[in-house]
Amino acid sequence: MSGRVLVGVKRVIDYAVKIRVKPDHSGVVTDGVKHSMNPFCEIAVEEAVKLKEKKLMKEVVVVSCGPQQSQETIRTALAMGADRGIHVEVSGKDYETLGPLQVSKILAALAKKEDAQLIILGKQAIDDDCNQTGQMTAALLDWPQGTFASEVSLEKDGIKVVREIDGGLETIKISTPAVLTADLRLNTPRYATLPNIMKAKKKKIANVKPADLGVDLTSRLEVLRVDEPPQRQAGMKVETVDDLVSKLKDAGKV
Amino acid sequence: MFVQLSHTSFAMVGIFQRSLRLRTSLRQLSFHKSTSPTDILSSLVLRGRLFPICSPFVFFSFRRTLHNSNDGPKSLSDTPPPRRPFCRVTQEDLTFFRTLLPGRAITDPDLLESSNVDWLKSVKGSSEVLLRPQTTEEVSQILRYCNSRNLAVNPQGGNTGLVGGSVPVHDEIVLSTALMNNILRFDDVSGILTCQSGCILENLSLYLEERGHIMPLDLGAKGSCQIGGNVATNAGGLRLLLYGSLHGTVLGLEVVLANGQVLDCLSTLRKDNTGYDLKQLFIGSEGTLGVITAVSILCPQKPKSVNVVFLGCETFEQLLKTFQLSRSMLGEILSAFEFLDSECLNLLRTHLKLHNPISDCPFYIVIETQGSDSNHDEEKLHNFLEEAMQSSLVVDGTVATEEAKIKALWSMRERITEALTHDGFTYKYDISLPVERIYQLVTDMRQHLGERAKSVVGYGHVGDGNLHLNITSPAKNPALLAAIEPFVYEWTAKFQGSISAEHGLGLKKRNYIYYRSS
Repeated sequence: MSGRVLVGVKRVIDYAVKIRVKPDHSGVVTDGVKHSMNPFCEIAVEEAVKLKEKKLMKEVVVVSCGPQQSQETIRTALAMGADRGIHVEVSGKDYETLGPLQVSKILAALAKKEDAQLIILGKQAIDDDCNQTGQMTAALLDWPQGTFASEVSLEKDGIKVVREIDGGLETIKISTPAVLTADLRLNTPRYATLPNIMKAKKKKIANVKPADLGVDLTSRLEVLRVDEPPQRQAGMKVETVDDLVSKLKDAGKV
Repeated sequence: MFVQLSHTSFAMVGIFQRSLRLRTSLRQLSFHKSTSPTDILSSLVLRGRLFPICSPFVFFSFRRTLHNSNDGPKSLSDTPPPRRPFCRVTQEDLTFFRTLLPGRAITDPDLLESSNVDWLKSVKGSSEVLLRPQTTEEVSQILRYCNSRNLAVNPQGGNTGLVGGSVPVHDEIVLSTALMNNILRFDDVSGILTCQSGCILENLSLYLEERGHIMPLDLGAKGSCQIGGNVATNAGGLRLLLYGSLHGTVLGLEVVLANGQVLDCLSTLRKDNTGYDLKQLFIGSEGTLGVITAVSILCPQKPKSVNVVFLGCETFEQLLKTFQLSRSMLGEILSAFEFLDSECLNLLRTHLKLHNPISDCPFYIVIETQGSDSNHDEEKLHNFLEEAMQSSLVVDGTVATEEAKIKALWSMRERITEALTHDGFTYKYDISLPVERIYQLVTDMRQHLGERAKSVVGYGHVGDGNLHLNITSPAKNPALLAAIEPFVYEWTAKFQGSISAEHGLGLKKRNYIYYRSS
């Protein structure tokens, strides 16, 4: 048992930023826009670091696929307590078409290469809301999956996962190695404190190319058009009930 | 019209006495007879800066004789002054108001409740009329009428003031600027915004953000406070360190004087040395000289890079050294330097469930940097943090560059006021002191009060030399108040500090101005 956890983190547009669609409707504006780590990935990193602190896992390795700037995201994870990082370089056209299928192939390859016991990911990314990478990775590796995890406990004979589902909470037990995806209530990510930020500067980030892992990045999807959601119409205030009824009649609702 | 302001008459006298240019005209006025500030103004102002004066009117009643600093306070801060002989509101008056402002002259006691009580719920007036004009012309007509009928008026903005100055003392008519919330003009080349005085600060910030600018001031009350009130109280806030006070950033004002006359100083010029700069009198006048109806203010560009740092220090001396270091290493990008003590953090934890982002320390600092280049700023910030850590000035800290985390770190400082209201009855003191003495007042006060107080906390704009000293007790306690005052004022006066750095005098501090000026 190597006791190694692989955590995937994604660099996305910061959730507080107002998104603007490109004039040619091919995508959203990303140049000069503030980016940060996907909030669910932060929760995944926090969970992995917690497991290491409890001495249930020995090493936390953080992975991100993307252009040069993804290294900042890896540094943030290192400042939160991860041990080392792997930056899978994907840029240009390949980065624009990078989706869950390609990322899960990369993660599966890395999991085998690094001999990982556990993969923890965020349940979904806030830019594409796919909610597929964790599930696809588990399928490719033929590992069990504990998705939408709101509670994780490592036991002698496996992992107990409490999942948030439509009907409430579901508790399952899965064997290791496994893939977990973090939901909102799993934990509260810690602030990266100064001493750790300083230490993170010295931690290693390895550079890897998808070709080295034998992964083919061609996408099966083509984005046809991106549009803003329709503008919300302003409401109207009326003074009396009669007014309301007549307005409803005019609008053909009554 | 009499404006019930004798409690701030000392402020008026104080301000006038200290200003050289007014001394000559004041010698001619007798303080035992009613004096009109418009007389004062008219004797000083050159032609063209004021409309011709129609008739002098009685504006102030200087019934109280001047204090000198050898007398003790005549009453404690929470005793209201007696009602002056203004007229009471009659049915005729109500008819006039209702005709002038259809649907906007309110007499329903339930609706009046919120205008009669201040934000801290510490003082309550008994006004029976709330007026909500929408234009300067309406304000002018209201004041002209009230002047002729000898009715007292209480101007009110967002009612977020902390010294009881925004609510009536007795039955004054409340004149609310809440409906005067239009933005008139924004020039995005120079960054000059012109708006009515009832615009809420946060709304102005949102409007400006869409146009690449920000307001030059920011305070915890931004969701409710109005720009007119900010100007009337010369609000300081969190950005004063970088952008300066409203005396510098306000370029022009439109004010309606007590007799209904509209004073148009609404210039949008950055530089104008033609005659006396009248608008400066109104900034910080707390509604005693007129009702501000429009403001033109210089707005800085929205910074492309904002970083917030939360640091922990062992001692106050180290905190001050960190301040010096930040001034030298961060220089022009330093936009805020605030501090709070461990007691504040305990209150935040207990009442608002906010967790400490770092390990527990005796003192915490919130530093904000604003600049136009994120690479440049981050490099400066990292160098500063490394230096601060290595020289052990700072024992722990965290950095935020994302908006959500920035808001979270700022809430550690901005929500202390809220946490205090949950802790019990709060006695608030807003003191300006020489920077090295700031925390000494807190420790001396703790020693002085001992077990009598529930919590004694200190926090504030240490970068501006401004301490917010707050003392809580489970309920209103006159004995505790007697122990706190005048101890806190005497202590402050001993070190040549100010007993009200930015909150103003209002009702609660009107008796203490002599601790600052003779």
